Amino acid sequence: MEFFKPNTHVDFMGLRKYAAFLSILLCLASFIVLGIKGLNWGLEFTGGTEVRLFFKEAPDLGQVRTQLEKAGFTHLTVQNYGTTHAVLIRIRGYQNLQKKVLSDEMMAVLPGSELQSVDYIGPQVGKELATDGALALFIALLGTAIYVGLRFESRFAVSAAVSLLHDPIIILGFFSYFQMEFDLISLAAILTVIGYSLNDTIVVFDRVRENFRKYRKETPSEIINLSVNQTLSRTIITSGLTLFAVLALFFFGGETLHGFATAFIIGILVGTYSSIYVAGALAVALGLNRKNFLPPQQDSSLERP
Amino acid sequence: MNQYPLWKYLLVLGIFLLGVLYSVPNLFPEDMAVQISPRGENTLNAETLQTIQKTLQQESIPYKQLTQLESGDVLIRFYDGVQQLKADDVLKSLLGDGDTVALNLASTTPRWMQALGANPMKLGLDLRGGVHFLLAVDVDSLLKSRVEGDVRALGADFRRESIRYTRLAQGPHKTILVNFRDRNTLEKAVALVKRDFPELLLKTYGEGEEYGITAEFSPQAILKAQEDAVDQTTEVLRKRINALGIAEPMIQRQGASRISVDLPGVQDTARAKDILGGTATVEFHLMDTEHDASQVAATGVPFGDKLYEFEGRPVLLKNQSILSGTSITSAASDMGQDGRPSVDIRLGGGGEAMFYRITGENVGKPLATVYIETVMEPAQGNEAKGPLVAKKTERIINIATIQSALPNSFQITGLKDPKEASDLALLLKSGALPAPISIIEESTVGPSLGQANIEKGMRSLVVGLAFILLFMMMYYRLFGVFADVALVFNLVLLVAVLSILGMTLTLPGIAGVILTVGMAIDANVLICERIREELRHGVSPQAAIKAGYERALPTIVDSNVTTLIAGVALYGVGSGAIRGFAVTLCLGLLCSMFTAITGSRALVNWIYGGRSVKKLSIGI
Repeated sequence: MEFFKPNTHVDFMGLRKYAAFLSILLCLASFIVLGIKGLNWGLEFTGGTEVRLFFKEAPDLGQVRTQLEKAGFTHLTVQNYGTTHAVLIRIRGYQNLQKKVLSDEMMAVLPGSELQSVDYIGPQVGKELATDGALALFIALLGTAIYVGLRFESRFAVSAAVSLLHDPIIILGFFSYFQMEFDLISLAAILTVIGYSLNDTIVVFDRVRENFRKYRKETPSEIINLSVNQTLSRTIITSGLTLFAVLALFFFGGETLHGFATAFIIGILVGTYSSIYVAGALAVALGLNRKNFLPPQQDSSLERP
Repeated sequence: MNQYPLWKYLLVLGIFLLGVLYSVPNLFPEDMAVQISPRGENTLNAETLQTIQKTLQQESIPYKQLTQLESGDVLIRFYDGVQQLKADDVLKSLLGDGDTVALNLASTTPRWMQALGANPMKLGLDLRGGVHFLLAVDVDSLLKSRVEGDVRALGADFRRESIRYTRLAQGPHKTILVNFRDRNTLEKAVALVKRDFPELLLKTYGEGEEYGITAEFSPQAILKAQEDAVDQTTEVLRKRINALGIAEPMIQRQGASRISVDLPGVQDTARAKDILGGTATVEFHLMDTEHDASQVAATGVPFGDKLYEFEGRPVLLKNQSILSGTSITSAASDMGQDGRPSVDIRLGGGGEAMFYRITGENVGKPLATVYIETVMEPAQGNEAKGPLVAKKTERIINIATIQSALPNSFQITGLKDPKEASDLALLLKSGALPAPISIIEESTVGPSLGQANIEKGMRSLVVGLAFILLFMMMYYRLFGVFADVALVFNLVLLVAVLSILGMTLTLPGIAGVILTVGMAIDANVLICERIREELRHGVSPQAAIKAGYERALPTIVDSNVTTLIAGVALYGVGSGAIRGFAVTLCLGLLCSMFTAITGSRALVNWIYGGRSVKKLSIGI
């Protein structure tokens, strides 16, 4: 079986203006949405208390809410998760050791419910986590960019880094637009997406390097086009298979992993797109040419600015 | 061409077999069990065993197996966590305080595997149910009390060496301020402080009439105080949790001043919290019989005394305690001779000699036992919001007349109820916490949710894996089968490595495994595509295999290294579950590089190597 008979000849580089426009549009839209709506931060980041209850008979959320408010609970969000029988109650802000009493009271107010889980996160933990998360994101970007710079070429490193930034921005935009909860494990997904999306980019870069050495007459644009086409089959198959594994997680993995799976699904889609368009096209735009890949002895003369 | 030497085949096979051996125990899930340890030397007699069986039947709690271990303990295995918890409750109330009833996990892995160190992965709280706490050790308040102590010690030191100071006080930000009248005294003082208090950093100033020292703890001293406090706290917590009878608790230091505590199977967080953060201790004070306590309202509390209340009347006690909880080496709760709750105490570690001497000198005088407890309470009323403050309560629990010099073991009575007695005994035994701790994160997972999470994780893994295996087989034919074998090999190896490292499996960890499966196949896709390409260029099958593997190799390594970099960064942020995910992902990629490159190559070489091949079964 073959999806891509010998080789495709799609003119990816010819489409790069539209792709650039689309990317900039998506990133701008993400920034705007993030600016307006912000992220729906998960409990780990905000601090607070989350109680998950399971009801034998699907309850009326409004009624649950009023009952809780009558019992003196304030700043509540009440929502279903997974099924209509499962209810997630979240109390923002500072909660303390009285929490056990709190969940007991809740159970008393809401008869017919079974306690599934209670989580409490202190506010200082959340703040640290946000800082640590941002730091990890930065380190991951820097680390991978340095590696690409060492193994390939500085223009590749820059364009890889840009295409890497591009992916998390769009994922965050998506989370913001749909106000999906952004929890710690979604952050983990974003960091992994950075590594994953780079996989594709590197496979393309590897081929670009090889082709620059192999073909003498073609323009950089043509070389990149050829390389993307040559690796297209692999890119689509790998992305498709990983996507399927993550879809399985999305559909069967349960509520806890929803954020993770969603972030990763978008990550795979955007990452595949960005490694085809953003990374290659940007490298060309930055003035990548054959001389950058000639054997090392001639390389020394190229070190002038 | 394309042949491995025999040793290489054997190596791959050997690693595969080892992988199987160390991953198979995970197919033997641990039984949820309840363990009953009889008190002291006794063993549970047949009659008790029958009662236990009958009670479980009456409560209609089915169990798998009831065995008496060599140690005399009885182990009852259940089908799930819900029944286990129910049985735990029932048996605790049946057997009372005498025997210890504790939740446990009983291995079902065959003995010979266990002997080789092959054990299943531990399940995290999200898969098993239980309570998780993240505790912060309040090092700051520890340092503050050390400053207080040092101010006192410095004063005594100066007086002893007759160095006259004009002021000795605590300054802001945990500093100590001392002033002197002249430079000479200042220099003498500096030499003395440097000798006796090496942990203090000194800054001196002086002109005219004002000479002074500003002292603060050196960064090393602060670091050491923090290290010691966290280590000691961890140790104390470990003792307390062991005393609670919880199977496989996980107590780990996290970061500079935090301790993460996982208590699998526990559902009663209130009790766990009381014990973890408990600060109950006792002190013994002599009663002041020279002053009349009922006149205090008029005269004020005499110097060196403190006013308490006992059984509704005021009592004056000497401030100086003659024995504190730190001198107690063992404690056990009991019913006293009169049937009231009491705690048997044994002294050691230094305080007992002085206690013996002082009680000997004060025969016939009353001695009071003071129960001291620090409770964290919200600052404003009983509102559930707002920061917590430590509130210390002291109360006299008993006053007795000293009959003779007290030896190093005796009994404390006057406790409210058996629970207070057993908690006090536990806290005295495990030692005091060196610094206050507060709970900054807490989560409880019900046992049924844990089970559901395992099922969900497994289902996603099976569905994802099955699709990938089928697709590869259809798309790349025989080479797809090689890739499939390599992928399963990768999974086996990953599970084996995680088990050997003693990793705890969590739901994000399972997600990591699934993701690894999806990403690991990339290496084989790269190889197969490369071989196809070579074939299309008219290269001979054997040469295509060789070129395919060789050319794909740098690409595979490069692309995996970047994911590893992201994984390491992730490990850095991580607490618990996220770290599990990061470790799984990184190990999975490392394993996949071995299985996808060496493992699948071994298969290819074995089937195709060293003979003339006209066509490769690779789907073109």
